[in-house]
Amino acid sequence: MTGKKIRVLVAKPGLDGHDRGAKVVARALRDAGMEVIYTGLRQTPEMIAEAALQEDVDVVGLSILSGAHMALVPRVLELLRANGQGHVKVFVGGIIPDEDVPRLKELGVYAVYGPGTSTEQIVRDIREAVEGVVPQA
Amino acid sequence: MDLVHSALQGDRLALARLLTQVENETDEGRAALIRLFPQTGRAHWIGVTGAPGTGKSSLVNQLTLHYRREGRQVAVLAVDPSSPFSGGAILGDRVRMRDLAGDPGVFIRSMASRGSLGGLAQATAAMAQVFDAVGYDILLIETVGAGQGEVDIARLAHTTLVVEAPGLGDDIQAIKAGILEIADILVLNKADRPGVESTERALHSMLSLAHPTRRVVRHHGRWETVNEAALPTSEQMWIPPIQRTVATEGKGIVELIGHIAAHAEHLRRSGEWAARERARLRSEVEALLQKALMARFRAAVPQAKFEAVLQRVHERSLSPWEAVQLLVDGRWG
Repeated sequence: MTGKKIRVLVAKPGLDGHDRGAKVVARALRDAGMEVIYTGLRQTPEMIAEAALQEDVDVVGLSILSGAHMALVPRVLELLRANGQGHVKVFVGGIIPDEDVPRLKELGVYAVYGPGTSTEQIVRDIREAVEGVVPQA
Repeated sequence: MDLVHSALQGDRLALARLLTQVENETDEGRAALIRLFPQTGRAHWIGVTGAPGTGKSSLVNQLTLHYRREGRQVAVLAVDPSSPFSGGAILGDRVRMRDLAGDPGVFIRSMASRGSLGGLAQATAAMAQVFDAVGYDILLIETVGAGQGEVDIARLAHTTLVVEAPGLGDDIQAIKAGILEIADILVLNKADRPGVESTERALHSMLSLAHPTRRVVRHHGRWETVNEAALPTSEQMWIPPIQRTVATEGKGIVELIGHIAAHAEHLRRSGEWAARERARLRSEVEALLQKALMARFRAAVPQAKFEAVLQRVHERSLSPWEAVQLLVDGRWG
């Protein structure tokens, strides 16, 4: 079992302590054959960007239920780019008001998922997003 | 971008990408390993193994914090199991290592076992070499939650810590072959939990059976060691110490670091450091040789002929031993 695997960082930035959704998604990605680095609760954007770099991930999944997404997500994107990881695809899940979704996508978020999204959908989107990525050496 | 050059200059993104190439066993990864190999052999490789839930990751977190205070550059390789069904994995060791975030002298890399059964992944040794080559002087390798047979770490590391916790088994577990035998240092973590006394007693009795030159007795409530015969060899011999820790509170860590340093000193003084390196490199060369010979052999035997031989084995007209003899002798028809 060697060769390329999709590596995903699943992180919960901010201060809310609800990680059930993140764990359900992590498990689904595992079952889809991906390697999921799970970092746990209360991560700062700096911690997330650093972990994404050390782990050389293809995808970062952010779970945010605190309402602070418009502060946290742009900061994560900015740090990823500053680290030379602009190619990493960022997904956001949680409680995100509809009106914020277009703005997040403009900033560079690949997809935003609300309650009730199927895990199959997420797996499909990640595969699609990563298969387009050309690894830059 | 030349990843090897950049990684040697301290570029962390280049290092991360290089590790991916090595993990995926790409041609680029192999070329990098060939270039980096002369720079390896400087780091102290410390293995951390033990059953799931004994606190390996928390211990690695604490050890790293202490080594950082001494100004050492620390790399962590944390292995978690891959699913045998999907091939996917959840790598959760970073959850316990959040204290290390933001420190440029620490690099943590999680890896999935990808089908290997010995507690490590196939590429762990190669990734460890990358860290060694780019200048990390302490390398902590955390295995998957290991039971009894996952002992590959002992072949890889200079110093192997086996982490135990109270309440996991009786003294028969302690004298079984396997994981306890590979310990250079036994860590009794979660030492604030009930049952710590009886676990320690079981470990002590296991050690006294394993090292008959010294006898450990309990005297007025203290463990003491009696040298039965002051054999000249007993000085050369390393008796694994047992260190109690409470990793979540940082208790016992300074003492543990002391044992690790003493073990490194012992290895160097006794010549065992070089012996372990030689044994590890030998088994690495043998493993690569096995792989290369197998690949060359399979390329030489036409697939249809190979299948035909297998079919005869399936029909019981040829035994597996005869089949191998036939293939090796080139008499496949």
